[in-house]
Amino acid sequence: MVNVNNISKTYNKGAVKAVNDVSFSVEKGELFGLIGPDGAGKSSIFRILTTLLLPDSGGATVAGYDVVKDYRQIRSSVGYMPGRFSLYPDLSIEENLHFFATVFNTTVAENYHLIEDIYVQIEPFKKRRAGKLSGGMKQKLALCCALIHKPTVLFLDEPTTGVDPVSRKEFWEMLKRLKQQGITIVVSTPYMDEATRCDRIALIQGGSILSINPPQQIVTAYPSPLYAVKATDMPRVIHVLATHQPPFNSYLFGEYIHVDMPGMGDQEAVQVLTDVLAKAGLDGIEVNPVTPTIEDCFIKLLTT
Amino acid sequence: MSMNEPVIKAENLTKRFGDFTAVDAISFEVYKGEIFGFLGANGAGKTTAMRMLCGLSTPSSGTARIAGFDVYRQTEQIKRNIGYMSQKFSLYEDLTVLENIRFFGGIYGLSNQQLKLKSDALIERLGLQPEAKKMVGELPLGWKQKLAFSVSILHEPTIVFLDEPTGGVDPVTRRQFWALIYEAASNGITVFVTTHYMDEAEYCNRISIMVDGRIAALGTPKELKIQLNESSMDGVFYQLARGAKNKD
Amino acid sequence: MKQFITFVKKEFYHVLRDRRTLLILFGMPLAQIVIFGFALTNEVKNARIVIVDHAKDDASRSIIDRIGASNFFEIREDVMDRNRMETAFKEGKIKLAILFPANFQRDLFHQNHAPIQVIADASDPNYATTLTNYVSSIIQDYQTELNETVALPYRITPQLRMLYNPQLKGAPNFVPGVMALVLMLVSVMMTAISIVREKETGTLEILLVSPFKPVWVILSKAVPYLILSLVNVLSIVLMSVFVLQLPVEGSWLLLFAESTLFIVTCLTLGIFISIKTKSQQVAMLISLMGMLLPTMMFSGFMFPIENMPVPLQIISNVVPAKWFYIIVKSIMIKGVGFAAIWKETLILLGIALFFFVISLRSFKIRLE
Repeated sequence: MVNVNNISKTYNKGAVKAVNDVSFSVEKGELFGLIGPDGAGKSSIFRILTTLLLPDSGGATVAGYDVVKDYRQIRSSVGYMPGRFSLYPDLSIEENLHFFATVFNTTVAENYHLIEDIYVQIEPFKKRRAGKLSGGMKQKLALCCALIHKPTVLFLDEPTTGVDPVSRKEFWEMLKRLKQQGITIVVSTPYMDEATRCDRIALIQGGSILSINPPQQIVTAYPSPLYAVKATDMPRVIHVLATHQPPFNSYLFGEYIHVDMPGMGDQEAVQVLTDVLAKAGLDGIEVNPVTPTIEDCFIKLLTT
Repeated sequence: MSMNEPVIKAENLTKRFGDFTAVDAISFEVYKGEIFGFLGANGAGKTTAMRMLCGLSTPSSGTARIAGFDVYRQTEQIKRNIGYMSQKFSLYEDLTVLENIRFFGGIYGLSNQQLKLKSDALIERLGLQPEAKKMVGELPLGWKQKLAFSVSILHEPTIVFLDEPTGGVDPVTRRQFWALIYEAASNGITVFVTTHYMDEAEYCNRISIMVDGRIAALGTPKELKIQLNESSMDGVFYQLARGAKNKD
Repeated sequence: MKQFITFVKKEFYHVLRDRRTLLILFGMPLAQIVIFGFALTNEVKNARIVIVDHAKDDASRSIIDRIGASNFFEIREDVMDRNRMETAFKEGKIKLAILFPANFQRDLFHQNHAPIQVIADASDPNYATTLTNYVSSIIQDYQTELNETVALPYRITPQLRMLYNPQLKGAPNFVPGVMALVLMLVSVMMTAISIVREKETGTLEILLVSPFKPVWVILSKAVPYLILSLVNVLSIVLMSVFVLQLPVEGSWLLLFAESTLFIVTCLTLGIFISIKTKSQQVAMLISLMGMLLPTMMFSGFMFPIENMPVPLQIISNVVPAKWFYIIVKSIMIKGVGFAAIWKETLILLGIALFFFVISLRSFKIRLE
């Protein structure tokens, strides 16, 4: 559905490298995630794929159409939700939806089945102006507007940024249902924990792709066993692990500290870590093997 | 950290907009040197509450003292004793790193002598020497946020308010950012922070979770997990915020 | 077509829901007319005048009595010499002077024709016109009375002289001026802002990624403002006719056709600005500094162009409002037809085409 071949994009006459030789492809009906922090080049990729920007080099096709030559065809067949809130704040929910339906040459009734699930949640407020909606509601309305013309590919640029965890969870549930209806979805997010909800993900940083794989595969490819460490005085744990000779590769992870222990079995690794911490006089020591998360993988890719 | 010295003391703090009560009689205390996580869903009233605490918005009722100053009458003193940083507003993109530091330090009345010393020390600590004369706009987001935080505590405020400081920042930089927060807290600066990353909630000494304008839970991450019988902060948050009326 | 109509409808929602926009749209013309109209048309009562009577005969005496009897005027001195009269004018002590030549009655009765000189302080043009009109009608009355009894009519010719502002700038002239200003504001600034606003909110991004052709986005932005501008023209003309009693001497149809041309010129300008700018503030500043200011300076509405240094006169030629101002003045006040204004019309058309072409060429179908 989407084919990206070695695209690069620079701004300010080459001073800023936004996208650096990126290639990937998305299959029909796939939920594909671009995972990376702000400034990684996610939005530039989206804008190239939605024909809003021209790549400096390389090429891409969406639904079989070339993003440069066939921009007309792409524009009538994709759905796009830009990173910023992009609806008319002075129009009501209803008016926004009808407006975008008409602009895309369709009616709300024609594709209502696609948005029904989402729209019923905001329908009680349909007379309210979009500018007065809260973050989660705006996001649902924007999704409805992007879906109303039954796009073959849906591009969602950071739809969950700045949204609280509960609304985020609901949003991903909606995407799952859309995927079941056969819509190909390309979504970007800076939240690593959302990566597991995608079929495949591309980890991206500084305009380059670090890895493309199903999330499960990325996790299993983590090069060494990982342990979660905890003790009563956490700041001291950080200090002890970082100043140990040779230093451990360790970092804060929620209530634990994650530590890499390459080339050791579970038993040995737990023993080594417990000894180090006990020797430093720490108490309440807990050391457990853990499965790496996407965030661990990302940190690994960034630090090696 | 001395737990007996409240630097934020709010009692029944309320803000109404017409019929709508955005913040509904919240009461809590934050102590010196504490890292206090202020969590809640979008629309739960976090921003409104934070504005009142910063002296930017007058409460409808209730009382609050920030660094010992009254939020009704002593907003000028409050502003002088707090630092503020948000994801949206950080620094002037078209000024250099050095110019930004000097400018914000100057606003808080640091002398030229102090400014020179502090800006040199800050640039060295952040390892920004090669970038000191670069425009802030050219820095990666993570560096900008670290710099913005350092600038917001340049005048050694009693409290620093951080509004989603790490939104969109990569996981490595996010941790470096938290290292800066720990350092500030160990120097006695109280940190009041909002975030949508639940793992960051774990880094706080205590957290409060706002739901529908009220504080639905308050305590250490461990206490909250036990109290709600959840294994993670994610679960705690989900359990509390799911039932919200003003939820989006 | 349906897309287009929906788009236009949406634009109207934007306008009608924004109080500030509404105020500028409809409050502005009203305020302008009121300010210019009523500040200038004071009711005349006890205006101080002098009479320099070189004739001192029955006829002059008789006219002076009539003038003195009306409560429009307050005669300061009956007899005055010319020098003292001029000083009095300069000091603002008097607004009008009437001069009877020596031998007024003799000329009138023997040659059936005599002049009276009426000199007015025209720095306030409206006031001066009103005063001279009253004087003329009093003289007219006297003349009619005389003529009832004689076979061959006597003619008294009031020779009007306007001091300080011989062309009587102002008065009826401000209506075309206000029209040019208001249209400039609505068509250039509002259009530019409304397009740039879509850039700012990010909605333009979605619209670009839609089957709706980008050029249509721009055109459907222009239509509502064309309609609103025409409503403005109508309201200004109606106000000038019914409130200020300034009739349209020429053809209404021609007036509206020319106004439409000017509005289209302004719209292309507004669109051009919106293409070149990224924020509403910049669009507004450019519209104000680049459009409104030159309109005030160079349209001939506030300052007579013929008194300007030559370089500025040349600059004034590229200001569309200058040509529109001439056109409207010609239609509304002089009552001339298209034959008299085709040159100005052609110039406006040229400017409109020029901006239309460069807008079209600089218009982008992508973001950069």
